[in-house]
Amino acid sequence: MERSSQPKAGLIKRGSRARGETPAYGGGLRTLSVATVIAVTVSLSLVFFYAPLEAEQGFLQKIFYVHVPLAIVALCGFVLGGLLAIAHLRTRDPRWDYRSYVVIHMSLIFAVGTLITGSIWAKGSWGHWWVWSEPTLVSFLIVFLLYATYQPLRFAIEDPERQARYASVFAITAGAFVPMNFIAVRLSTAYLHPRVLGSTSNLPGPMALTFLVSLLAMSLLFATLCKYELTAKHTRAQVRALRRRLEGQEEVRRAPRSAAPSLQHVTAMTSAPAPGGRTTGQR
Amino acid sequence: MTSVQDLPPQDVQRGGMQPPAQGGAEPPVETAPPLRGLRQTGFASTVAALLRKELLLELRTLESVPGMSLFAVSTFVVFHFALNRNSVEGDLAAGILWVTLLFAAMLGVNRLFVADADQGGFDAFLLAPVDRSAMFVAKALALLAYLVVLELVAVAAFALLLLGSPLGPALPGLLVTLALGDIGVAVIGTLVAALAVRTRARDLLGPLLALPLFVPIVIGGARATDDDRHEQHPAWPALRWLLTLGLYDLVFGLIAFALFDFLLED
Amino acid sequence: MGQAAVEVHGLVRRYGERDALSDVSLSLAAGHTLVVFGPNGAGKTTLLRVLATLLRPHAGSVRVLGSDLIHDAWQVRGRVGLLGHEPLLYRELTAHENLRFHARLHGIGEQRVVELLDAVSMSARAAEPLRTLSRGMVQRVAVARAVLHDPQLLLLDEPYANLDPAAVELVAPLIGAGGDRDGADGLRTRVICSHDPSRGLTEADVVLGLRGGRPVLLRAASEVDASDIAELYR
Repeated sequence: MERSSQPKAGLIKRGSRARGETPAYGGGLRTLSVATVIAVTVSLSLVFFYAPLEAEQGFLQKIFYVHVPLAIVALCGFVLGGLLAIAHLRTRDPRWDYRSYVVIHMSLIFAVGTLITGSIWAKGSWGHWWVWSEPTLVSFLIVFLLYATYQPLRFAIEDPERQARYASVFAITAGAFVPMNFIAVRLSTAYLHPRVLGSTSNLPGPMALTFLVSLLAMSLLFATLCKYELTAKHTRAQVRALRRRLEGQEEVRRAPRSAAPSLQHVTAMTSAPAPGGRTTGQR
Repeated sequence: MTSVQDLPPQDVQRGGMQPPAQGGAEPPVETAPPLRGLRQTGFASTVAALLRKELLLELRTLESVPGMSLFAVSTFVVFHFALNRNSVEGDLAAGILWVTLLFAAMLGVNRLFVADADQGGFDAFLLAPVDRSAMFVAKALALLAYLVVLELVAVAAFALLLLGSPLGPALPGLLVTLALGDIGVAVIGTLVAALAVRTRARDLLGPLLALPLFVPIVIGGARATDDDRHEQHPAWPALRWLLTLGLYDLVFGLIAFALFDFLLED
Repeated sequence: MGQAAVEVHGLVRRYGERDALSDVSLSLAAGHTLVVFGPNGAGKTTLLRVLATLLRPHAGSVRVLGSDLIHDAWQVRGRVGLLGHEPLLYRELTAHENLRFHARLHGIGEQRVVELLDAVSMSARAAEPLRTLSRGMVQRVAVARAVLHDPQLLLLDEPYANLDPAAVELVAPLIGAGGDRDGADGLRTRVICSHDPSRGLTEADVVLGLRGGRPVLLRAASEVDASDIAELYR
């Protein structure tokens, strides 16, 4: 077989991008971070200094400006994770799975935040750390329990390609489940008790403004954190790929089995392009 | 002994093949070999073949249904002692029935693909010229059949052991609710079973994935069952619960059907 | 049949960070037999499974019986037969029931099942669950399963393992190149994975040697001798 001086060409996907073009995750990160910091600062100032105190619940009500945006962003994140998973199944490009993983991961964290802030709110308003009468909170508990199985599911599958595929199937199912669950839970709690923690749709002016700004800040925060995680993982994987090229595939210690997408396919695209259909053979 | 080699090729081919299920033209015998096999086995035939195999296996091994039924009856006994009640009614009765049915169903779900995963059944199926979604339909139908048998036993046992009010008047509504709930359990159960079976923690992941997904079924089912004890017309549960169940069945039926293919590949 | 039955260019199949198959290329004319040698873990089984459409190629192109496996794998399925390490049969069902199930999946009738059971001498015990039969008998039923739909391309992974010499004689005509067809046109194409150089070389038209997923040897069988094969295992 021709011993070639080119590095392991087999790693490279055919039809990959032009030589040297790196899929950029880090681009725009600084701008995004700055925007996030500004938005969060503005939103916090509004919350503490601008928004009026609510008559019944007083200062505690301000947690609403954190709790509800967390909830909305987390929910959108879960659904987005499902959409990204659809892209992965359709194109078989592991990068979509990678994005889906990060988005779901982050949404899960935001969901925990929702549960915690909701619990604090409930304790403050009702004296109980948990109330079944608030359908949003209850739905979140169920959604949290579902998505908490996402990583154990991934971890339980060793073959990275199958892991990604199964995770995508899960993400799509769970993403469709989120709205379905909300409908069902809302139906059931409305049947038992009227909603008590107040609807968010009829807010007076200043509160509405504060709410929208908080929502914006939360969304930016979500986007920035996701981007950070995407970039960090990608960079680490590129380093591994470079080391593999330098030292040979066998030398680099195999990455431990993990729930996170392993990104070998992604980073290999930054290597030299594939040779065109050459045949190997002994003559 | 006549080996297959001795038979003229036409006889092997024509004698061996059934006419296509859809009643299309007979496969041409004289055509050059490359065209043979391009014919896919029809969807209904595939489902039928798979379902027969499933039910045959279940009848032969009795792995799922007796266990599920026994589990349900045992659970009622446990409930008696746990709640310290001789009889239950209303929403408590509805709840106990649905919880028991769900957990018993999980036993069946856990075992649904085990034989295929362990004995190479997936590969054999993947090699055949079939539409792969047929396996989803066949497995879901099989699970549905198991659930029906389970419910025959469980509802009867429940009425006997724990139910305080008479079953008769509520029965028609209950049957409709159970039917809709069963479809949901069958659809999600099949999807989750396929997800979990080829992972390391297959017995654990199945229930973990399924239980949150089942919550809307519990909501719709238990509320519908409970409803028909309170309303003016106890035979029919409130429409909203049936619609919830129906919507759930439809949405997840379609999603599971579309996604199942991706779970079968290697 | 001018077109090659199997054409592979630069096939890559990864498993995690490892390349299970790396830059494999070969061309196999219709009616010829390719025998693949190599130590365990060399990728022989992976190659077979790719050709069987059970695994998708990650890179490169694979054409089997004229169809591209990445886009048109479904076209190939009814025409390829695989006999691997696993019999792919349900232990609780009888030989008859297993074969009938497979026949239905392939749209093939009952008669063929009976003929094949007879051909592998399993008719007498066709109504017993497979778990009561010996490994050799199960393997015979597995052979019947593999050729049930009279495939044009037969993929065999160490087919003679688990078979005693009498069984080998029974089975050989079924999985041989002559197959069930008549005339030169009807010769069956085969890819066989083997650990047995002597037997493998007699059956081969082309020899492929794999090591660590990479092809290290690809020659016509006439140009290969046993020592070349032994090299692979060092």
